[in-house]
Order: sequence, then structure tokens, then C-alpha cells
Amino acid sequence: MAHLQELLGRFASGDVASAARLMSVVERGGPDAQRVLDAVYPRTGRANRIAIAGPGGAGKSTIINELTRAFRAGGKTVGVIAEDPSSPFSGGAVLGDRVRMTHASGDAGVFVRSLASRGSESGLSLLATELADVLDAFGRDIVLLESMGTSQVETRIRFSADSVVVVLTPEAGDEVQSLKSGLLEVADIVAINKSDRPGAESLARDISAIAEMREKPGEWKTPVVITSMRDGKGSEHLLGALSEHGRYLDDGNRRATRRSDALKARMRALVEESVRVAVWQGPILGERFDAIFERVTAGALSPWQAARELAESLRFESRASR
Amino acid sequence: MKRPIKVLIAKPGLDGHDRGAKVIANALRDAGMEVVYTGLHQTPEMIIEAAVQEDVDLVSVSVLSGAHMTLIPKIRELMNTTGLAGVKLIAGGIIPDADAAELKRLPGVAGIFGPGTSTRDVVSFIQGMFPGR
Repeated sequence: MAHLQELLGRFASGDVASAARLMSVVERGGPDAQRVLDAVYPRTGRANRIAIAGPGGAGKSTIINELTRAFRAGGKTVGVIAEDPSSPFSGGAVLGDRVRMTHASGDAGVFVRSLASRGSESGLSLLATELADVLDAFGRDIVLLESMGTSQVETRIRFSADSVVVVLTPEAGDEVQSLKSGLLEVADIVAINKSDRPGAESLARDISAIAEMREKPGEWKTPVVITSMRDGKGSEHLLGALSEHGRYLDDGNRRATRRSDALKARMRALVEESVRVAVWQGPILGERFDAIFERVTAGALSPWQAARELAESLRFESRASR
Repeated sequence: MKRPIKVLIAKPGLDGHDRGAKVIANALRDAGMEVVYTGLHQTPEMIIEAAVQEDVDLVSVSVLSGAHMTLIPKIRELMNTTGLAGVKLIAGGIIPDADAAELKRLPGVAGIFGPGTSTRDVVSFIQGMFPGR
């Protein structure tokens, strides 16, 4: 505990190693993680958070590398959280995003942290957002979040950043795949990367057409930018689109509204998780579960009836204890 | 609560052969570890910087260039002076037995694995370093 205070103190004075250690404390979870998150939360909210999502191999890390270069050239400090999937079999992971992040090394203004998904399948885990909080509180101007290389995402990714860039490539299936995956629903900007390959223009037109159908008057129009990181092309368009989106958010109270919606969604998830843990760790459910499960195996109840009965008994319990 | 053993795998220096490093990375993944792979041509300073930011439990370098007697002591020395004194270093690659013996005498160098080492030996060596993880 004293140790934690010491780390937090050094963190506040800008010590990189302490920031890294605090992130590990958050990763391990439990009461210490809660203390760290509680302590850093009041210092969050200053960073501009940008999420980069898209299927594996689309060029997310390379785009992050390029964005890092550009933001550094503009005098901004950068933090990166790069998430990669854990093996569902061994629990291990190979976190390889640093390989592409050549502009990160040798620069004290860039902090890169790799993260294994550990069972989360939503593109970006809650933990990734918590580590982003630490980097935000550490004073990084820009926090870039790289999602796992999955092509199916949940809406949570939208709540993890101020701007979401979805990276797609030609030859990676037709636009129906993109529709199906829901990636376009969370995109503030779409980048068609690897445009040196054939089909980029046509994919960009298809995606633009879909984006236009979704447009509502007075709301953000999702731009589709064409990039080729290999040839160094189009990154200025992507940066331009990001600035444009930033201006859009800062016009009126859009950024505040978006962040408030995100906070609400995040709190709901936290409450659900706390309730889930409390219910299963509490004394009641375990015993009753075993008892009712016997009745299910004996054929006296269906699993649905049993679940309803258990839930009802817990509801009664919580009313009675009020 | 526990976090899987987190290992940094890096290729310092000029040689461009990283199949060995990738094979080890996969073996450690299959053993349930989280492996940060940094890629080729890393300077000792880049390796240290990554190890600090990632807060790894172990640094592992692969050297096939013959420069191991320069690179490994340099990396170890930098680790000692940058707050990574408590983090162990292991190395693999084309390292002759005599050199390996000398390197292993450096404080903080936990193991040197030469050609022909089985991935299983590396995995159990690392697991032995972190009992209960």
C-alpha cells in the first residue's frame, strides 16, 4: 500500500517506469488495481483518444506508427495501447505490434504498451480503456488505442475513444463483409489502406455509398480516405480527417456528450461485472444453484425454469435486506 | 491476482535472422506466456526502453551475429542502471560453450541457450524461474 503511494507519487512527477508498473497493477486486477484507477481518474480527460480498429493485417500498427510520427512532429506526446488476442487454449499471446512502431523507439515522448486480450472478444477490452486512462493521467496529449485484429466488433469500441478509425483493405472480401461485421457502424473515419493493391478505389466508392445512406442532416459525415502506408501515401488525408472530426466534436458540446455517453456505458459494464461477481461469490447462489441443478438433472425443471426461479429468489433476497 | 509471465523477445544488432526468435515466441505463447516481440535490429537502448514500458518479467535476446560478447554485457549493464536490475536476462543463438559459460557468470544473466536447445527446455527453464505463475 505504501509501495503503491510511492509509485503514484513518482507517476505524478512523470516517471515512465512507475507508469509501466502501475499499468501492471491495473492488469492484475483486485483491490490495488481499484486504488490505482481511483487515484488516476481525476487526472483523466485531457488526452485526445483515437481508436484504430479493423481486421488483422489491415495495417493498424503501421498507421499508428505514421500517426505517432505526425503527432510528434506537431509537438504532441503520444501513448499507445496495442491489444492482441490471447490464445483461448494456452492463455498465452504473442504481442507483435511494436515491430511496426519504429517511430516509437528512442523517443521519450512516446509510450507504447502491449496488452493481451485475456478472453475479451470485443475488439478492445475494458482493460485497454483502463490502461488508456493511466496514459491519459500520465499527461499524454494523444492516446492511440489499437484494437485486436478482429473483423467483428462490439459497440464498446465506440466508447473507448473520441474518434474511431476503421482500417479496411482491398482484396479482403467485398463490402458485404464490412457491413456484416458492423465495423462501419462504429467508424468516424474509414481508411482504405494498402491502396497500392487493386480494388481500392472501387471499395472506397462502395463504402462511401453505404456511409452516405447512414448520414443524418447536421451530423458527422464519415469520410473514406485512401492510404498506402507502403508508399507513404494518404496519411495527410487521414490526419486531415482526424482534425476535422476533432473540430466537429469541439463545435458545441459534442465531445462532452460523447464522453458522457461513453462513461455511462462503461459504468453500466462495471456495475454488471460487480453484480455478477457479488452474486456468484455471495453465500446464497452457490448452494441454491447446486440444489436446483439436481432438480434439473432429475428432469423436474427445465434449465430456464431453474434460472428464473434462482433469479427470482435473489430479487426477493435483495428486497428483504433493504 | 496473477498475470501470465510476460517476456520481451528482442533481436539486437545487425543479423536479420529471426526464425529462432519467432519459434521461441510461439513456444512461450503455447506455454501460456505473454510475449512482446520487438522485431529485428534493436539497439540495447531500444530493448531497455521496451522492457521498461512493457514492465516485463524477463528479457530474452537472440543473437546470431557473433556479437554476443559485446551485446549481452551491454544490455545487462543498461538494465542494471535503468531500474531493471531485478529483471533477469536470458539469451539464445549461436553462442559457443566457452562464451556461454563466461556470460552466465554475469549477475542477472540467468541462462544462455545455444544451438540445438529444445523449446521445451527453454519453456521449463522460464517456468522454473517463476514458480506458481
